Amino acid sequence: MPLPSKLTDFTLAEARDAVLGRKISSTELTKAFSKAVADAKPLNAFVTETPEKALEMAAASDTRIAKGEARPLEGLPLAIKDLFCTKGVKTTAGSNILNNFIPPYESTVTQNLWDAGAVMLGKTNMDEFAMGSSNETSYYKPVLSPWRAKNSNAALVPGGSSGGSASAVAANLCLGATGTDTGGSIRQPAAVTGTVGLKPTYGRCSRWGTVAFASSLDQAGPMTRTVRDAAILLRHMASVDPKDSTSVDTPVPDYEAGLENGVKGLRVGIPKEYRIDGAPPEIDTLWQKGTDWLKAQGAQIVEVSLPHTKYALPAYYIVAPAEASSNLARYDGVRFGHRTKEAVRDMIDLYEKSRAEGFGAEVRRRILIGTYVLSAGYYDAYYTRAQKIRTLILRDFEQAWEQCDVLLTPATPGPAFAIGEKSNDPISMYLNDVFTVTVNLAGLPGLAVPAGLTADGLPLGLQIIGKAFDEATVLRAGRSIETAANFTAKPQHWWAA
Amino acid sequence: MSVDKDTVRRIAKLARIALEEDRVEPMERELNGILAWVEQLQEVNVEGVVPMTSVVAQKLKMREDVVTDGNIAEAVTANAPVSEDNFFVVPKVVE
Amino acid sequence: MSQHAEKTIKGETGDWEIVVGMEVHAQVLSKAKLFSGTSTEFGAEPNSHVSFVDAAMPGMLPVINRFCVEQAVKTGLGLKAKINNRSVFDRKNYFFPDLPQGYQISQYKDPIVGEGEIILDMPNGATVVVGIERLHLEQDAGKMLHDQHPDQSFVDLNRAGTALMEIVSKPHMRSSEEAAAFLKKLRAIVRYLGTCDGNMDEGSMRADVNVSVCKPGGYEKFRETGSFKHLGTRCEIKNVNSMRFVQMAVEYEARRQVEIIEGGGTIKQETRRYDSKLNETRSMRSKEDAHDYRYFPDPDLLPLELEQSWVDSIKASLPELPDEKKARFIKDFGISAYDAGVLVGEKELADFYEELARGVDAKAAANWLNNEVLGRLNRDGLGITQSPVSASANNAIIRMMGDGTISGKLAKDLLDIVWSEGGDPVQIVEQRGMKQVTDTSAIEKAVEAVIAANPEKVEEIKAKPKLAGWFVGQVMKQTGGKANPAAVNAVLKTRLNLPDEG
Ligand SMILES: [Mg+2]
Ligand SMILES: [Zn+2]
Repeated sequence: MPLPSKLTDFTLAEARDAVLGRKISSTELTKAFSKAVADAKPLNAFVTETPEKALEMAAASDTRIAKGEARPLEGLPLAIKDLFCTKGVKTTAGSNILNNFIPPYESTVTQNLWDAGAVMLGKTNMDEFAMGSSNETSYYKPVLSPWRAKNSNAALVPGGSSGGSASAVAANLCLGATGTDTGGSIRQPAAVTGTVGLKPTYGRCSRWGTVAFASSLDQAGPMTRTVRDAAILLRHMASVDPKDSTSVDTPVPDYEAGLENGVKGLRVGIPKEYRIDGAPPEIDTLWQKGTDWLKAQGAQIVEVSLPHTKYALPAYYIVAPAEASSNLARYDGVRFGHRTKEAVRDMIDLYEKSRAEGFGAEVRRRILIGTYVLSAGYYDAYYTRAQKIRTLILRDFEQAWEQCDVLLTPATPGPAFAIGEKSNDPISMYLNDVFTVTVNLAGLPGLAVPAGLTADGLPLGLQIIGKAFDEATVLRAGRSIETAANFTAKPQHWWAA
Repeated sequence: MSVDKDTVRRIAKLARIALEEDRVEPMERELNGILAWVEQLQEVNVEGVVPMTSVVAQKLKMREDVVTDGNIAEAVTANAPVSEDNFFVVPKVVE
Repeated sequence: MSQHAEKTIKGETGDWEIVVGMEVHAQVLSKAKLFSGTSTEFGAEPNSHVSFVDAAMPGMLPVINRFCVEQAVKTGLGLKAKINNRSVFDRKNYFFPDLPQGYQISQYKDPIVGEGEIILDMPNGATVVVGIERLHLEQDAGKMLHDQHPDQSFVDLNRAGTALMEIVSKPHMRSSEEAAAFLKKLRAIVRYLGTCDGNMDEGSMRADVNVSVCKPGGYEKFRETGSFKHLGTRCEIKNVNSMRFVQMAVEYEARRQVEIIEGGGTIKQETRRYDSKLNETRSMRSKEDAHDYRYFPDPDLLPLELEQSWVDSIKASLPELPDEKKARFIKDFGISAYDAGVLVGEKELADFYEELARGVDAKAAANWLNNEVLGRLNRDGLGITQSPVSASANNAIIRMMGDGTISGKLAKDLLDIVWSEGGDPVQIVEQRGMKQVTDTSAIEKAVEAVIAANPEKVEEIKAKPKLAGWFVGQVMKQTGGKANPAAVNAVLKTRLNLPDEG
């Protein structure tokens, strides 16, 4: 296959082969991407750009390559969601409360990437503390999607919370990016920006050094332009981490190895509960197409039932805020982060003012909901019940696995929407995650793959859900969708100066 | 279930987030919107169901009793809004 | 089987009974903290024993210390308690500058250790059984310094995250003495086990004491029914850090409550602090706002599941504990229950005694330890482990006394010599000619000399045989204290024709 004419059009796999094959240098590649990042200011995809650091890392990579000491991701420029703590580089989690926080440590996931030779271009914008589905809750202003509807200049959201990463990948500002997914925050933005997003099994990627939102749901994963790139990146993000008690002791396989093996004989479940009222007909049509594509490639299609699906989102909106209310208690203006400049009467006053100033509206709302559902007299009615429903949701999946190997579902209930369109209605915003959140509650891997465009020319994705630690099969099925969909559309390059 | 204004004030206090008096009513409305929506969970029969404690089928890992960390007071206090002699400094607390 | 000492408070309106329960925080004797690899060493520079985990920096996660879990199990077994093979770590949420995470990782509904008991031997011979409700593992908080600045407090997190065992008793103590005895016994048990150093000065052991008063009979009804309604409203006195203060705090608090109730008031359930300088308890205003800790299982940790085989192996490795040692001392040494109880109260004392009593008369050894060794240690302000004369040196002295090599009087002198000068007692006796004289001819010589020098006394003694003691003293003086007193008596009796006594 001929290489693209522009360096920034390379896929991660192509760039890897070209760099390792010494066809291009990491420095050239990194310069090209750093320039693309600098030119793409209107997208607001980055909170912090680190071009100097990127060049340093690239030069070091080129030295290693010259010495024949190249590592698997040597010299490949990536974007990092601003939820991953990066040593010496400001990490904000999209929040004012961490506006000047410089971690003296590196998250395990990013450390793994640097250890594999990757280069950091900067930190991507995101919904504040990953709480949002459109990137509009960021203290650092919304991210714009590079996509626009046909015959419209309206600014669209890139999805969220990993909206900066999604936008950067879709606009070719990096070879790939890290994201985190608590209720759909990788897959939902990937789907609406025509990119690939994988949420691995809970426990596959270490959570150490990644700012916590909801500990029992948070999981890091790759966001890329192709399924192969996601397979490559996951392998070097994932690890067994003794510093994370919930990291699972299972070796990380080579996900790229069986990628092209196809779906012949694979049993693909179609969960009937994912057909929801009010979803645009284009979603159903695409889902049917996906089913047909897999069938045509030899998969066996089975109708399955996941009866508790409709309770996933409300259960999530109890569990996630509850955990968040506790996880975010450490932002108290004492050891790091924002402290109010106003005069305070006492410590309580300092806490209250610092936190009210430091947290945005959505975060404050979720902390209050979480505080309420954990409070005396309400704990069992809300939290315990929601955790029981989680057990039922996991049981639904386990029963489905008796009939199928993976599930195929839509990734989102619709395409990207306009900025401001849903920001005044929390619940309609929450509903963006209706197809993705079940997977988080059950800890399973889920992959969003671009599969088509709406009539307005906006991307839509399909989701493959797999068994725990069966990312390899999920990626293989995703690759089959990708091949059949042959999604080649790219957004118009309207943002560059 | 729903919250009233006093409950909103109480949970804001518990969460240590200042809530201006004119924000109490809108917050009450927003929270009640969400609570009304999650109310549908009440229709699920959860009798005999064990609440999930972890999605990971794994035993808790344990470390050995070895000192591997510490002596980084400068780094620990580097991000502190106010610190002195490697102490974190806060307004006077009456215990 | 509990027989409490009768102890009531006399009020204006009648008698009142005291009911005490205790929550003791015992620091696990581990090198590293409960969830981080930072040192637990006491007295370090500010925030030097603090990791990013301890400071609750964003993204930091807890990983549990296996040794701390083992110590909790060991302590549970030492309290004859039920070990829960599945326990859960919960978050206790509240804001305080010494609590970096904004929550304490603790155990709430499912602690690692369930019900057990502690047996108290009271000085009056009573045996009191105090139920243990539970033992759980949790993190300690940091420390605040308030005297560095007029309007600022300084926060040092060195202690934050250190492993504590919180041991909760049932309200089964009925007096300030029992409360102090409970803490003393618990301290002895953890020190025997080596799970906590029991150092109350450094805060390794702190007691929260719950005190209430009720009308006579209320406690019995509580024990019969299990219903707390028969007991009075309790107040919790936080962080009392010595046995003596526990005793004084309970006494003060009980009286305070009786006075309030008799004055027509009611007791408000609250947290109080004991001021040892003023000997009073005071309400802790800052801790007064309504707490709602919003406990929930910590999602960063999985449930703690213990293999039964591991628990069994810990059980098999338990050392002999005070109660068992006491039973053995009574049986093997024939000493009284009270003496045995005192001896086993401190492991080092029990060990000292065992060494000291090896191969000699056990009762004599107990007396020697109590009267001679402990008396001198007390005088010099020393603990048993600091004794200038080792247990084996004491044993040698007792042996020489037992086989007649030295007299009891000389034995004490010898102890004084070794106490101040050191050295081997056997050699000292040899070198300084301290051996007892039992040779009758030498004694007879001395007796003759005394008679010859005191003819008037010889006349007196015929009328008053009680004067024999004076002669004995003179003979001892003549022999430099080395004469065997029994032999001196026998010679004097024959020589002076004294009648048999009694
Ligand atoms: Mg307590
Ligand atoms: Zn405690």
